[in-house]
Amino acid sequence: MLERIWHILVKEFLQIRRDRWARFRLLVPPLLQVLVFGYAATFEVFGVATAVLDLDHSQESRALVAAFAHNPHFGIVRMAASQREAEAAIDDSSAAVAIVVHAGFAAALRKGQPAPLQVLVDGTNSNSALIALGYVGAIVDTYSQAYQNDLLGRINPKLARTLVQIRLDERPWYNTSLNSRWFFVPGVIATITLIMVVNLTAFAVVREREMGTLEQLMVTPIRPFELIVGKTIPFFCIGLALMTAVTLTGTLWFRVPFRGNPLVLLLGTSLYLLSTLSLGLTISTLCKTQQQAFATNFFLVNPLFILSGFSFPIASMPAFLQWLTYANPVRYFIVIIRAVFLKGVGVAVLAPQLLALAAIGAVLMGVATLRFRKSLD
Amino acid sequence: MSAMPSIPAIEVQALGKRFGDFAAVSNVSFAVERGEILGFLGPNGAGKSTVIRLLCGLLRPTSGRITVDGIDVGRDPEAVRRRIGYMSQKFSLYSDLSVLENLQFFGGVYGVPRQAIGERIQDALRMAGLAGHADTPVHALAGGWKQRLALGCAILHRPRVLVLDEPTSGVDPLSRRRFWDLIHDLAADGVTVLVSTHHMDEAEYCNRVALIDRGRIVALDTPANIRRRALDGELVEVRGTPLGRLLEALAAYPPVRDAAVFGNAVHALLARAADEAPALAAYLAGRGIGEVAVARIEPTLEDAFVRMIGRQAQGAGGAA
Ligand SMILES: Nc1ncnc2c1ncn2[C@@H]1O[C@H](COP(=O)(O)OP(=O)(O)O)[C@@H](O)[C@H]1O
Ligand SMILES: [Mg+2]
Repeated sequence: MLERIWHILVKEFLQIRRDRWARFRLLVPPLLQVLVFGYAATFEVFGVATAVLDLDHSQESRALVAAFAHNPHFGIVRMAASQREAEAAIDDSSAAVAIVVHAGFAAALRKGQPAPLQVLVDGTNSNSALIALGYVGAIVDTYSQAYQNDLLGRINPKLARTLVQIRLDERPWYNTSLNSRWFFVPGVIATITLIMVVNLTAFAVVREREMGTLEQLMVTPIRPFELIVGKTIPFFCIGLALMTAVTLTGTLWFRVPFRGNPLVLLLGTSLYLLSTLSLGLTISTLCKTQQQAFATNFFLVNPLFILSGFSFPIASMPAFLQWLTYANPVRYFIVIIRAVFLKGVGVAVLAPQLLALAAIGAVLMGVATLRFRKSLD
Repeated sequence: MSAMPSIPAIEVQALGKRFGDFAAVSNVSFAVERGEILGFLGPNGAGKSTVIRLLCGLLRPTSGRITVDGIDVGRDPEAVRRRIGYMSQKFSLYSDLSVLENLQFFGGVYGVPRQAIGERIQDALRMAGLAGHADTPVHALAGGWKQRLALGCAILHRPRVLVLDEPTSGVDPLSRRRFWDLIHDLAADGVTVLVSTHHMDEAEYCNRVALIDRGRIVALDTPANIRRRALDGELVEVRGTPLGRLLEALAAYPPVRDAAVFGNAVHALLARAADEAPALAAYLAGRGIGEVAVARIEPTLEDAFVRMIGRQAQGAGGAA
């Protein structure tokens, strides 16, 4: 038995190694998708072309301009000499943002009065303009806090340090926008893995059916369950490798924090792969041609994606659809992967999701094995 | 062979298979002795593959019984499959694997003992004429080599019964000839062979042939006997132009019992060729057919088959 499974494994790996197109499909689209989603999901821009007009010429105004100059989100492209020049920079699109420090800025600050700062924004790219405005707000905020602390510090140094420390704890970074990326990337990893694994597994069996080699296998002593094990292990390995690759991309490239235990993610991933592999196998027992398998995958994978809570909150779905989501492995894995990544929770908290995945996997594997008879009837 | 009372290698009794309303196989019975080569002959859709799949336990019969070496296929399909070497009518190797990898895979899943596998693979390579090409990818092989390799894979576990479904379709004549030599070698070693084909000429290589039409066996005998018995008369080859008018004229001429186009001539069945041929030639010339030539020929199996199926169809038409 192990001998036969071994020979199936060798054969499958040889075939995957030979198939350049499969290798391409395995590696390129998932990484591409993580990159695309990773970037699309971040509403973050770097090096926004910025024009600066400093009419105050004070120590304070220079410090503020320096704050912009040192911030990676902004790139100062022009030091304007007049209001008209600053506006022209926006008009001819050489700058997306213009910051104008009016005369009297420092004086107002010193008196503790609101110090007016004018920000001109190129409204034609409203998205990045709004994001840029957010950054301006953040920089000015930091600046004014630091200035205040500085003032207080001169009066009472001890008090200043406490205040600064408290603020650092409460608002570590001004990147609410980054959070959306943190939230998205793990979900993308989950759905990409789903699509790849279901496709590969379904096609691996259906292709043999179509080529006629499956009929040949049926007359050998291979038992259905041996064939299923032999067919799933390679794609399980590929699924794990894929998960590792996209997880590393997410953490190393997009700097999504990984706060949990990798072993918990490994456990969750394994159960998730088990359920998606079984889904692929079940599809393969229902389809005679690769075209049918393709159509079935298409009609299944999209609802699984939509009903996963990845992009649409499950709580706001109609009750009937909410019930359907309980049978969706993606739903559970999204919770697991987000929780492991962002919250760092362990097995105890995730037990319901892990058990649900195991149950879905076991049921589908059972269905596939029962349906997979050595018969053409 | 029949002198020794022994269990036939294959025995099929009153086999029937329906797909929904459609009877693909009806009331098929036959037996194959050890070391015998039985040919399944019939046009596409006749039911050859269906019988073969039933025999391998890949389909479940609607009625009837099949035993291989005395083992009931319905009761113990795995035991039967271990005794059978099967080549399906579709190409059944992995074309993205090399010659050697295919042999290793099939040897492995058939459970060929480790100490024997090396030698058997060498045998298969030699038999297929692929010694020295072990690392060639199968998709790069020509049809004849592929088929011989598929045969090599199917006999790695040294089955006593070989079931080959149209192994020579799409293969050039020379390779077909070589393939049949291999089948004869195996049969000489005592392997029982059931082989289907739609090449009528290949029936001559078989010990016996079963003519199959629309799910029924219409004749089962040695090729010589079938040829002799099927034709109730003597055969002439008639040439003439145009061919269509020639066929019409022959069909309308009472002494002609049957007429069918073979290539660019018509084969016509007469009671006594020598007596009737001159009158036939005169009749055709009178009907405005040019370049008439009539010659007595020995019937081929194809002639026999066409005649038998024609009679079957008439019988069926009369009964309905
Ligand atoms: N699985 C099936 N379902 C329905 N009809 C089938 C099936 N397999 C074969 N048939 C029909 O049974 C008939 C015999 O087919 P087959 O045994 O493949 O013929 P042959 O091998 O002689 O060409 C054909 O008409 C074919 O369409
Ligand atoms: Mg056939």
